Amino acid sequence: MTVEAASLKAVPVRRTGVKRAERSLRASIGLHAALVVASLIAVFPVFWVLVTSFKPDARAVETTPKLVNESSVDNYVRILSGEKGNFLAWFGNSVLIALMTTVIAVFLSATTGYAASRFRFPGKRSLMLSFLVVQMFPFAVLIVPLYNILLTLGIQGTSIGLVLVYCTTAVPFCTYMLKGYFDTIPTDIDEAGRVDGLSPFGVFWRLVLPLARPGLAVTAFYAFLTAWGEVAFASAFLSAADESKTLAVGLQVFVQQNRTEWGHLAAASILVAIPAIAVFYLVQRFLVTGLSSGAVKG
Amino acid sequence: MRRFLDRHWYAYAMVLPVVVVIAVLVLLPLAQGVFFTFTNINEGNIANPVLDRAATYAVVGLDNYLHVLSGDPSYGSFWSTLVRTLIWTFGCVFFHYTIGLVLALLLNRQVRGRTVYRVLLILPWAVPAFISAFAWKYMFNAQYGIINQVLRAVGLPDPVWLGQSDWALVAVMIVNIWLGVPFMMVALLGGLQAIPGDLYEAAEMDGASAWQRFRHVTLPGLQSVSSTVVLLGIIWTFNMFAVIYLITGPNPNTRILVTYAFERFFSGASRDYAVASTYGVLILSVLLVFASVYRRALRKQGEVW
Repeated sequence: MTVEAASLKAVPVRRTGVKRAERSLRASIGLHAALVVASLIAVFPVFWVLVTSFKPDARAVETTPKLVNESSVDNYVRILSGEKGNFLAWFGNSVLIALMTTVIAVFLSATTGYAASRFRFPGKRSLMLSFLVVQMFPFAVLIVPLYNILLTLGIQGTSIGLVLVYCTTAVPFCTYMLKGYFDTIPTDIDEAGRVDGLSPFGVFWRLVLPLARPGLAVTAFYAFLTAWGEVAFASAFLSAADESKTLAVGLQVFVQQNRTEWGHLAAASILVAIPAIAVFYLVQRFLVTGLSSGAVKG
Repeated sequence: MRRFLDRHWYAYAMVLPVVVVIAVLVLLPLAQGVFFTFTNINEGNIANPVLDRAATYAVVGLDNYLHVLSGDPSYGSFWSTLVRTLIWTFGCVFFHYTIGLVLALLLNRQVRGRTVYRVLLILPWAVPAFISAFAWKYMFNAQYGIINQVLRAVGLPDPVWLGQSDWALVAVMIVNIWLGVPFMMVALLGGLQAIPGDLYEAAEMDGASAWQRFRHVTLPGLQSVSSTVVLLGIIWTFNMFAVIYLITGPNPNTRILVTYAFERFFSGASRDYAVASTYGVLILSVLLVFASVYRRALRKQGEVW
């Protein structure tokens, strides 16, 4: 889909490209200036946190900001050694909760997305519509009953409870995206598989899933990020014990009412952001296709 | 019946797990949540198996709705909070869309270093939102924050951004706009690339100016992408919680419906679950009304969605 669109575009762009070169130097300077300014605004906060992460807490707030001021890696050492908050425990919790959410969400949404893409069955339309409506649910409407249900089940305050809660948002969205992706895989493949004697589930498991690997990767990435960055449910549903917190909750201890440990907070932030940015960089090409073939076109 | 099952059982078997998950974790809680809005449930009278205590809350009819809808300040000043939520939502989405569109148009040209620009511009999306919230809170510090130091250096007024004034709302809106632009940009870039180039060529042949080409080729070509991302953006922004909660906390000047519901649920002294649920139901109602109006408007323009 995207490849086609790109190749269609290639011709006129080259044609007008000549025109643009003779257009004006000023226009192209303006273009680059706009992009440079926008890029600076996009990057600056992250850059500033990076710079701050090397400063001691006292130097992070100074009357004239300097790029480097008594900088060292002390903040990182103290965070990783657990001297300042239980960073490694929070990190472990976040990874565990996000991974469990991802596995459950991808598995459930893959089967449903496939069924919705390939079979016609009564109730399909209302099912897909309900997924869309669930997107609209504010957590405020579910937070009390979910709390109540987890309390009744005796898993309030545990990570399993939180994983179940995250699945409510991740599963419908992932199903929508994967249905879009499965639609792009030709049905001839399914038919050939059936002729060769595979069951419908066999076709799905052996033929379609391997072909859908890029789609699955993008979906997994979304599910992971949903759980990784969530604040509200994590703040409300995890027990107050420090070692059960996720990163989003735990890092708040650095921002207390009276005194904020900016240097340490910055170092912890960088440690959290770097893996996310790295993974994002790897999948960003698929994101555009995943988004346009799945979510956006519906 | 048998024939019906024979034909569809594979499909139903594959859909079943998700239907169960949705029913147990969304529909059941929704029904329960609506029921809670008619009770006086709170921390003290909810059933608690850990403490081995049965539920003792009572049905109070429409009291919660009356309290909230009367706009009583001790129940969150519903109407002014709603207005603030609407300002927040439409302000944010308007800038998300316009800035996202401008950047997408710039990136859609043949620019040297396009890939580099794209990666840099996507960066805010890649950073977990709670990290960005902390970063901006640091930069908005009235005394030592880099933003005010720059403003002071160039001789502009330097407001107390995160204090008890409307500047706090401006500040969180700036942060949320910064966070949301990359998504819009990427989605609209995808939409721009799907517009066939010969349309532009034809328009140029007919002597259309750059503005006319934008108005009559680009905008209509983007319509289906735009209508989806704008709706999604409005829903997400209306329910955006992390940015406001982490940057300004329970500041009444940045209170929107969702953060107030959370305050009621979590940080209030009494943990008033009934009012939190009432807010939840009201939020959902507003969104459902909005979505159906939006959908009808699109249908009138001949857009099938």
